[in-house]
Amino acid sequence: MTGPLLQARELRKHFPVRRGLLNRGGAVVRAVDGVSFEIMPGQTLGVVGESGCGKTTTAKLVLCLEAPTGGSVEFDGRPLVGLDADGVRRYRRSVQAVFQDPYASLSPRMRIGAIVAEPLVTHEALERGTVEARVKELLDFVGLPARAATLFPHEFSGGQRQRIAIARALAVSPKLIVLDEPVSALDVSIRAQILNLLRDLQQQLGVSYLFIAHDLAAVAHMSHTIAVMYLGKIVEIGPAATLARTPQHPYTQALFAAALPSHPDEARDDLVVQGEVPSPLAPPSGCHFHPRCPHAMARCASEAPGLRAHAERRVACHLFDGLPAA
Amino acid sequence: MREPLLELRGLSTHYESARGTRVTRAVDDVSLSLERGKTLGIVGESGSGKSTLALSIMRLLPTAARIVGGQIRFEGEDLLAKSPREMREIRGKRIAMILQDPMASLNPLFTVGDQVSESLRVHEGASRKTAWTRARGLLEAVRISAPAARMTEFPHQMSGGMRQRIVGAIAVACEPRLLIADEPTTSLDLTIQAQYLSLLRELQREHDLAMIFITHNLGIVAKMCDAVAVMYAGRVVEAGPIRQIFNKPAHPYTRALLDSVPRLTDDSHARLPAIDGQPPDPSAPPAGCAFHPRCPQALERCREQAPPSLTVAVAQTARCWLHVP
Amino acid sequence: MNASTAVVLAEAPRRTARRLSSWPLIPLAILVAMLLIAIGADVLAPHNPEVGSLGMRFKPPVWQAGGSATYLLGTDHLGRDVLSRLLFGARVSLVVGFTAVIVAGILGVVLGITAGYMGGWVDEVIMRLTDTWLALPALTFAIFLAAVLGPSELNIIIVLSAIYWTRYARVIRGEVLSLKEREFVRLAVIAGCSRLTIMRRHILPNVLNSAIVLATLMLGVVVVTEAALSFLGVGVPPPKPAWGLMLADGKRGLMAGYWWLTVLPGLCIMFLVLAANLLGDWLRVKLDPQLRQL
Repeated sequence: MTGPLLQARELRKHFPVRRGLLNRGGAVVRAVDGVSFEIMPGQTLGVVGESGCGKTTTAKLVLCLEAPTGGSVEFDGRPLVGLDADGVRRYRRSVQAVFQDPYASLSPRMRIGAIVAEPLVTHEALERGTVEARVKELLDFVGLPARAATLFPHEFSGGQRQRIAIARALAVSPKLIVLDEPVSALDVSIRAQILNLLRDLQQQLGVSYLFIAHDLAAVAHMSHTIAVMYLGKIVEIGPAATLARTPQHPYTQALFAAALPSHPDEARDDLVVQGEVPSPLAPPSGCHFHPRCPHAMARCASEAPGLRAHAERRVACHLFDGLPAA
Repeated sequence: MREPLLELRGLSTHYESARGTRVTRAVDDVSLSLERGKTLGIVGESGSGKSTLALSIMRLLPTAARIVGGQIRFEGEDLLAKSPREMREIRGKRIAMILQDPMASLNPLFTVGDQVSESLRVHEGASRKTAWTRARGLLEAVRISAPAARMTEFPHQMSGGMRQRIVGAIAVACEPRLLIADEPTTSLDLTIQAQYLSLLRELQREHDLAMIFITHNLGIVAKMCDAVAVMYAGRVVEAGPIRQIFNKPAHPYTRALLDSVPRLTDDSHARLPAIDGQPPDPSAPPAGCAFHPRCPQALERCREQAPPSLTVAVAQTARCWLHVP
Repeated sequence: MNASTAVVLAEAPRRTARRLSSWPLIPLAILVAMLLIAIGADVLAPHNPEVGSLGMRFKPPVWQAGGSATYLLGTDHLGRDVLSRLLFGARVSLVVGFTAVIVAGILGVVLGITAGYMGGWVDEVIMRLTDTWLALPALTFAIFLAAVLGPSELNIIIVLSAIYWTRYARVIRGEVLSLKEREFVRLAVIAGCSRLTIMRRHILPNVLNSAIVLATLMLGVVVVTEAALSFLGVGVPPPKPAWGLMLADGKRGLMAGYWWLTVLPGLCIMFLVLAANLLGDWLRVKLDPQLRQL
């Protein structure tokens, strides 16, 4: 079995909070605080969590848009931290992204052909004929006609623009695509089309996805593994099917219980967790979830639990201390 | 039989372009009814006309839009016959509305206390002091912690979930009979959304409040509503009690929509049945039945004639030629 | 391809035709007329604007008593034909105006984009420079520069460009700051584009709208400044006709009632500035909603 495509170990990203001119106080926002996960080739890692959980920052770290404060990321066995400009450029051939807003993802004054070809021409000096052929191939992958290449973004609908964004992401045949809320801004009847497209592409091309979304059902449907984040930490990570059916961590349970039903009869625990999501500026001590946790013990306020193996998953919760790792 | 709290009969609202050249039938011949204390969900995508419908009921349409036909009967009175002054008395007092973005609904320059008491001062002529006390009670009712302290704070000092509760408090301040909520939870986190929906349920029970939920999210409808109306290109294509619609949708659009949404309970990872094409441009809808270009069961007739609203089951109607007896 | 895209593609030519009909005719007519006059001054002007006959001084316009058809709009203190001077003066005003606006624009846009996109110390340096420049009173500074460089058409263009680039830089930098955060810029970084490429390919085309609107509005300001400089004697040197210079020369005739020497060039300046401002305002409304939509 081949190793993971991307491996993150104890990844940290802290943002200093400016107080006054001289940054006295040294306060930091621990946006990502010791996060470890793997993405296997050809598979999807889904990340869920609410505001302030750090999933967007994690995406930025994976995309090399931010440098980590600590920890390591290895891609194809090679470390990401400490890459020089050339190294980053080479990395960008393997990792691309699709973002949430289809209306802001395409450069308004560029033609579709140029938009889709941009990653390609940035890395290689190719002949125009080759580029055109590749653009046609990519548009075909996403179900758009070749004629679209001469048009401008404003002539397309939201769903079509997202397809264009996906075509562009595929231009350099990346091994990993970061999808940050790829369908949240689309109409409901279009979402299924795009999700199906993404799945088909994964099966055809063997590309991996880092799939970030707040729609739990969509994440569960698309992912092989799901990571649940809360205030900068992963609280539970494991195979999608079992995690969705039997969440272990109290926060995961609350999250999945809060998910909307797909039928009026679907029994939902009215396990409505109290309290607000705390601000990342002042996270609670010990286990960040303890003030809202229905199972909190004395220990939880002082000691932060690490991720411990449990069944096929890893859960960061003192409730699972001492249980044999199955 | 008691008259419904709200009844729409053949309501139509059109938008006219600046030079009168283009007419968009944002709401086209919509008929609905809602009983006291019940919740109606109006489901639709962009361009379906659902938000225009809400604004039409409140008679808060922009200048480019006009109600061109039909009736809006609220508590037995015809709202379309009311003068602007009479409508102002109804809004906020008898019919309230909450919108998607709480930050846009709250004035950043006034304290929370001021804004919650405003409704009471305007509609009930309450004195500043009385209104302030009652406002604090309202903040408690919407489960805001430390209400007394919050009264003097400003909207930007609060989280999104709290702001949406404040908006809710303002809405129910004068004990309206009907609350129209237009995508109220779209900007909220999942767990906060769950808290908020359960709060709305409680308020509904305590005040015998009827609600209209306007949303694109079928999950909210499944959780909160007693009945649902599905809109497409300005028309109600299907309406009925919630279980009937979810169990046996009569209109191909409803069916396709329900099928295309991923379910947590479904492990199969199979391909989602997707609807081809995209929602129509409301200013240029297809002829006949607006859904026919995307409908897997389209007949010849669907291309030519728009189907009327047909009764397909008890209390369930659908605009579809497949159901002609 | 689905129905909607087909409809969109078919409707494109019809939409263009409709757009053309809603253009602002009056300002465009004025500007085009002035442009044609400036180009065709040689042909249109009945007399040499720089040479006059002293025997024909202070002749009034044709519709007043004492006027003649030879000098339709009268003559000035040196017997030069006012009409011819106005026509040639258009050339000076437009050439100086347009060139200064464009040069200032290029300078301001480049610096604005660089400051906005690069951020950090580059931004600081450029912004401090802009601030200092802006703090100087424009006209006084212009006079100073003009005096230092000496009077000539080229120097006036340099002076005006040097003063007005700051207006562009600030505005463009502001736009770039928000553009920088948009997804398509971030995606360009992810695609591996260099910063220079991003500024050229993604930022520049999207700030051009604002730059154009600003340019039309600046045209009025520049023309007035040029006129002021000429009025004060540090602008375009005589005998070359410039409207501002005509105003300066004409003021000595005001007391004697020779109104046409000041009113007529003044009206020309006014119409040019008015047309430029109206066009700029229309452009701003026209281009902005599109910008917001994107």
